[in-house]
Amino acid sequence: MKTLYDKLWEAHVVRSEADGTSLLYIDRHLVHEVTSPQAFEGLRLAGRKPWRTGANLATPDHNVPTHKRDEGITDPVARLQVETLDKNCQEFGITEFEMDDIRQGIVHVVSPEEGATLPGMTLVCGDSHTATHGALGALAFGIGTSEVEHVLATQCLIQKKSKNMLIKLEGKLGQGVDAKDLVLAIIGEIGTAGGTGYAIEFAGEAIRDLSVEGRMTVCNMTIEAGARVGLVAVDDTTVEYVKGRPYAPEGEIWNRAVEAWQDLHSDEGAHFDRVITIDATQIQPQMTWGTSPEMVVPVTGQVPDPAQESDPVKADGMQRALDYMGLEAGTPCSEIRPDVVFIGSCTNSRIEDLRDAAAVAKGRKVAETIKQALVVPGSGLVKQQAEQEGLDKIFIEAGFEWRDPGCSMCLAMNADRLEPGERCASTSNRNFEGRQGAGGRTHLVGPAMAAAAAVTGHFVDVRSL
Amino acid sequence: MDAFKTFTGIVAPLDRSNVDTDAIIPKQFLKSIKRTGFGPNLFDEWRYLDRGEPGVDCSDRPLSSDFVLNDVRYQGAKVLLARDNFGCGSSREHAPWALEDYGFRVIIAPSFADIFFNNCFKNGLLPIVLSSEIMDNLFRQATGEQALELTVDLEAQTIGLPNGDSITFEVGEFRKHCLLNGLDDIGLTLQHVDAIKSYEAARQQSAPWLFTQ
Repeated sequence: MKTLYDKLWEAHVVRSEADGTSLLYIDRHLVHEVTSPQAFEGLRLAGRKPWRTGANLATPDHNVPTHKRDEGITDPVARLQVETLDKNCQEFGITEFEMDDIRQGIVHVVSPEEGATLPGMTLVCGDSHTATHGALGALAFGIGTSEVEHVLATQCLIQKKSKNMLIKLEGKLGQGVDAKDLVLAIIGEIGTAGGTGYAIEFAGEAIRDLSVEGRMTVCNMTIEAGARVGLVAVDDTTVEYVKGRPYAPEGEIWNRAVEAWQDLHSDEGAHFDRVITIDATQIQPQMTWGTSPEMVVPVTGQVPDPAQESDPVKADGMQRALDYMGLEAGTPCSEIRPDVVFIGSCTNSRIEDLRDAAAVAKGRKVAETIKQALVVPGSGLVKQQAEQEGLDKIFIEAGFEWRDPGCSMCLAMNADRLEPGERCASTSNRNFEGRQGAGGRTHLVGPAMAAAAAVTGHFVDVRSL
Repeated sequence: MDAFKTFTGIVAPLDRSNVDTDAIIPKQFLKSIKRTGFGPNLFDEWRYLDRGEPGVDCSDRPLSSDFVLNDVRYQGAKVLLARDNFGCGSSREHAPWALEDYGFRVIIAPSFADIFFNNCFKNGLLPIVLSSEIMDNLFRQATGEQALELTVDLEAQTIGLPNGDSITFEVGEFRKHCLLNGLDDIGLTLQHVDAIKSYEAARQQSAPWLFTQ
């Protein structure tokens, strides 16, 4: 009896050392401009070539402008990095969706959309949000640049197996509660280091009910709970999602693949080192108040008081976070007013996210106190789809800016960033100090909640609109 | 990668938990296509009073006087003491590059984030996990009037204190071997080319859909 993680791991072990360190075969490697230049340089210096060129897929995302893209990248340092990716991909024969390609976008949006992420794969990328792809039953995790070079050169990585954790979401999510609320609630429950050393499988009715896109939102933030790997078992929803995508298999090979994927679930009675059960029916819309994703409360609640915390190191961290965020303990969430709203990132920039946000924005106006409200689709194809559905018009009429795809204000490597002291309602994944711009203050929420904050000018329970 | 040798160095105590990779090296410095030169921007937002930008000489920038690395006692520190979940957040290897470039060789904390922990070993940095009680004791000693000096011996897996006491620590055999000998992971893996090729050939038969592109 094996867990899904055990099965995926064992199917990819090339060889093992006595201490359990294993050489793991990698089926898919995603590449972007920020964590790859030094890896390609390393290959070049050692006179090495990529082991299997076709296993790699590249697109620039972190540094690309989301506005006036036809004018190119004005920041010369960022431009050099994107041009370096283009040159490296050309030199080594790697497929790249360049900045002007309709398929360009955030790697973690692009790969599943193209069918380049398949169930049962091992998939890596020099980005911690690679766990996203676990939503399709793929063993996916983020790596550093040395490992990017290693997988390019050898198609393998030296890894140690993690422990198994099961997080079971029992019951159904309530109306107006989404995948983002679910994962924020989980992180609030287990903490940002709760999953360290584990691969987490998400299961239960509330997970089964989610679309693949919703599952991606959950797996995406696994790293915010400390785990490199997040997984959801394959079911009909997964298979339906993959079918017909450009990189997905076809014909007889498709049939064989689907048959093999039927085994991609944990066996009844498989051993997990830790099991956490959460009542999904009790989860409320969530928002973070502090500078770590575990600093999260229901939007109907209030900013917590460090004086109530018994652990002094934790209380100190809470006070530091309150100071940084410019908040006082006991403030109701609904009295917190953002200056900026950001809808986007590898967590929440897929078509369903944009539909959720547009449903709230429709027929309403962005509040006058909001300085900027950005909608940044996850890929060119998501953008195109949204425009076909008229979502762009809804956003623009409401006063949002409709941008081109990229990571944008999630980490503010391009021009989209907060100014010191600015407060943001953001659908991204990290509320660390300075994450969205030096001195910027981030509150993480789901897409409907971000849109609701935009149109009311304050955080609000989207169910009450 | 240089082989990791026994050394003695000053300890800088960074008394915060959940120190994330955005704090270790802020995003604007990730635009570099090199893997060196990140040291002056290590902990940039905490260390300086102004906003750091790539390519700017840091020697004239105003320092934040209450940040630990700006304390005269800790100049030239080689060992960093930290709290739980050090290195959480992104996979950016720029974080260990910045720590190494600054001069750190060892980071001691009660726990580390997985990706960061792994990245350290690829760059000659040794992350050591010690219990919170031992950490509390080290923090106390490191924050005295005199800076604390520790001697780290990877071969023996010990940390020597000035009073002669010694603390033992755990490290994976394989990682220890690589670090002690300064081994290149890729070179090691390429010793197993035949195993990779035969795995690949078998897999191509059993799961051909993984090889179509």
